Amino acid sequence: MATREFAAHEAHAHAAPQGFIRKWVFSLDHKVIGLQYYFLALTAVIVGMFLSLLMRIHLIWPNITLPLLGDIKPETYLTLVTMHGTIMVFFVLTTAPQGGFGNYFLPIQIGAADMAFPVLNMLSFWVTALAFIVMLGAFFVTGGAPLHGWTGYPPLSAVPTAGPGEGPGADMWVISIALFCIGALMSALNFITTTLDMRAKGMSMMRMPLTCWAWFITAILGLLAFGVLFSAGILLLLDRNAGTSFYVPLTVFSGQIVAHKGGSPLLWQHLFWFFGHPEVYIAILPAMGLCSQLVSVFSRKPIFGYKAMVYAMLSIGLLGFMVWGHHMFMSGMSPYTAFAFSIMTMAIGVPSAIKTFNWLGTLWGGRIRLASPMLFAIGFVSLFVSGGISGPFLAQPTLDIPLHDTAFVTGHFHLIMGVASIFGIFAATYYWFPKMFGRMMNETLARWHFWLTFVGTYCIFMPMHYAGMAGQPRRYSQFTELHYLEKLIPLNTFITFAAFVTISAQLIFIFNLFWSMKAGKKASDNPWEATTLEWTTATPPPHDNFGGHTPVVYNGPYEYGVPGAPRDYVMQTDPATVAAH
Amino acid sequence: MGLVLLVVIWLITFISTYFFIAKTWWLPTGASAAAAGIDHHFATTYLVMGIVFVAAQVSLGYFAWKYRDRPSAPPARYVHGNNMLEIVWTVLTAILFIGLNLMSSSIWASERFRPAEPGATQVEVTGMQFQWYFRYPGADGKFGATKPELIDASAGGESALGLDTTDPASKDDVVTGTMVVPVNREVEMILRAQDVIHSFFIPNMRFKQDAVPGLAIHMHFTPITIGDYEVTCAELCGLGHYKMHGMLRVVSQDEFDKWLAAREAEKQ
Repeated sequence: MATREFAAHEAHAHAAPQGFIRKWVFSLDHKVIGLQYYFLALTAVIVGMFLSLLMRIHLIWPNITLPLLGDIKPETYLTLVTMHGTIMVFFVLTTAPQGGFGNYFLPIQIGAADMAFPVLNMLSFWVTALAFIVMLGAFFVTGGAPLHGWTGYPPLSAVPTAGPGEGPGADMWVISIALFCIGALMSALNFITTTLDMRAKGMSMMRMPLTCWAWFITAILGLLAFGVLFSAGILLLLDRNAGTSFYVPLTVFSGQIVAHKGGSPLLWQHLFWFFGHPEVYIAILPAMGLCSQLVSVFSRKPIFGYKAMVYAMLSIGLLGFMVWGHHMFMSGMSPYTAFAFSIMTMAIGVPSAIKTFNWLGTLWGGRIRLASPMLFAIGFVSLFVSGGISGPFLAQPTLDIPLHDTAFVTGHFHLIMGVASIFGIFAATYYWFPKMFGRMMNETLARWHFWLTFVGTYCIFMPMHYAGMAGQPRRYSQFTELHYLEKLIPLNTFITFAAFVTISAQLIFIFNLFWSMKAGKKASDNPWEATTLEWTTATPPPHDNFGGHTPVVYNGPYEYGVPGAPRDYVMQTDPATVAAH
Repeated sequence: MGLVLLVVIWLITFISTYFFIAKTWWLPTGASAAAAGIDHHFATTYLVMGIVFVAAQVSLGYFAWKYRDRPSAPPARYVHGNNMLEIVWTVLTAILFIGLNLMSSSIWASERFRPAEPGATQVEVTGMQFQWYFRYPGADGKFGATKPELIDASAGGESALGLDTTDPASKDDVVTGTMVVPVNREVEMILRAQDVIHSFFIPNMRFKQDAVPGLAIHMHFTPITIGDYEVTCAELCGLGHYKMHGMLRVVSQDEFDKWLAAREAEKQ
């Protein structure tokens, strides 16, 4: 098998471009494209975070007038909710871990010179960037950005008179998502082909780092999920503009009967969540892979249960397509199907638990180096557990009755899909920054960033579970209309202050990132004493990744703490094969 | 550093757990027949998942400290895993999760699989931006016809539902903005929506169901405590979502009969 992959490998090398445009803008180099994705996500996360700050301010001080921005009206609050969710899910959680780090490091970690289709890779980035511009453009059209939430349930999202922002803003929102799907589909094809076809000699599938497995499985999920969302989006666009009625039943808005009828609002929910649930795993799998990698590197121990980790990720990917209905227990779909979706959802908890056991198993008996990437990896495990244990509550339709569409859900998915993935992105940044930029990030600042963010996110999202249990619905712009919500205002004020502190702490990260590019300590080729292929090449890697030669792989990716080895680790390319393996 | 990590993770774990155990914020007081069962299963799930939560976080913090790198630390163990352990924890978590699920399935079945009992109080609930309307069929036990072209939201009441007054069955229909039901008798609801999706949520009754335009969803619950309970909308429905609320008033059968008779009289 190795020879075929080896041959494919040579064909894709291309000469290093010289001009600025070809080198940095319309680049074919997967490393540059990876950085482009990363900085796109960084821009998006700053916008998304700012929107969430405005939301938290409005919730506590609904009547405040902000400098430059003025009042936040209830409909503006819903616009913030919608755009925060959409930008974070698509342009941050999907973009940075896969498009950013996956692009940069998948080819290097499997010993390839580039992705399989460099032009496709360039196109997928630029389509994604265009999607982001269109999304931001929604703020500036008549009526502003839409207010239908990131889930965009019709008829609210399908009828322009349903609310402010449901005119051209909603069209822009749908178009942006459709564009994003195109970019994601191209990228998924590229990742799958690259992983299957471009591995260096000796890099069997079962010798791939778990990061590569994660990117590979994420790409398969993307290929199957984004196509569905794309079709759903096109149908929604037709409903909005062409008089079709896929999602719109007979509806009456302020006494006016909408001209078209006969559609089903539940159809959208099925299509959306058929994408939407795998999307959760698209956001979290790369972080799982990375966390496995870091826990092993920094514990100086082989990963506990490599194969179990691979099988767990594969089963999460497979089961991820069979659980979408757990978002719809209260939707009016048949209550009998809820039974099946519920069992499948509880089943998906099993591989997730296996992963947690294996991370703990890796830490057990190690010699743990608590450098900043490892702090974030441990933080990831903690957040993953905390976000994970609320899953079985929501997975049971019986308990979903009181909890569905409350702040409990907001707390749950922010911990597990939002912040846990973000911790993966932070860990990846601190870990790979030396390889990408040739300098180390400042460790003191990194630690401050970790402590403030770790404690801060718990202070924000843990109380949301309490508020949700007490019955606080999601997407409420004020708590002044219902008596029983008034007693939850102090809790919400606490969350808002915690959000202030946590968001401010991100300035430390942004400062550290740019300051270290210029003034960080020079990094060696392998500062973390890691075994995978990216650490065998120069820092930063040359245009063809390995400077004219192609690596040959002899070992698995997690040979740490090897007894009798000259150092405590054995590189994947080290021909002195480990006896025990 | 390892010690700080241990302390921080443990503190987060214990403080979070404290507020669950102290029930500082908890499910609102249950007032329906189903509430006790749901709450009991909630507590069971909480107990099981709470143990998993504390065990995982405590060991994470402990390992980070215990196995920290320092000059006196023993070399890392060179182990690649243990298949027996993998099988054990896979089987155990599978039993635990699926078991929890099966325990609660009977509650779900009684809530959603069976139709309402004969003799249940009939109420039609209609959601529209941003108001709930409740309709009672009156003495004939039949809801009169409604027509979308008759809907006049600004007029409120019957006109907001587009009630066809030429239909004899509509003559004794009562439309209100407050939902009044007798205690200890099952309520059968028919949930509808006119414009977008709304969700009828009564926290104290442990009741929630989306109202979807184009669908008439039949649901039931039995209130067991007299009192006033707030009704909210739990599905994002537009700019007034946060103020789309209503009131459920649970009264004695006598009081209910009197109330309904008075509404009928007003109508004549």
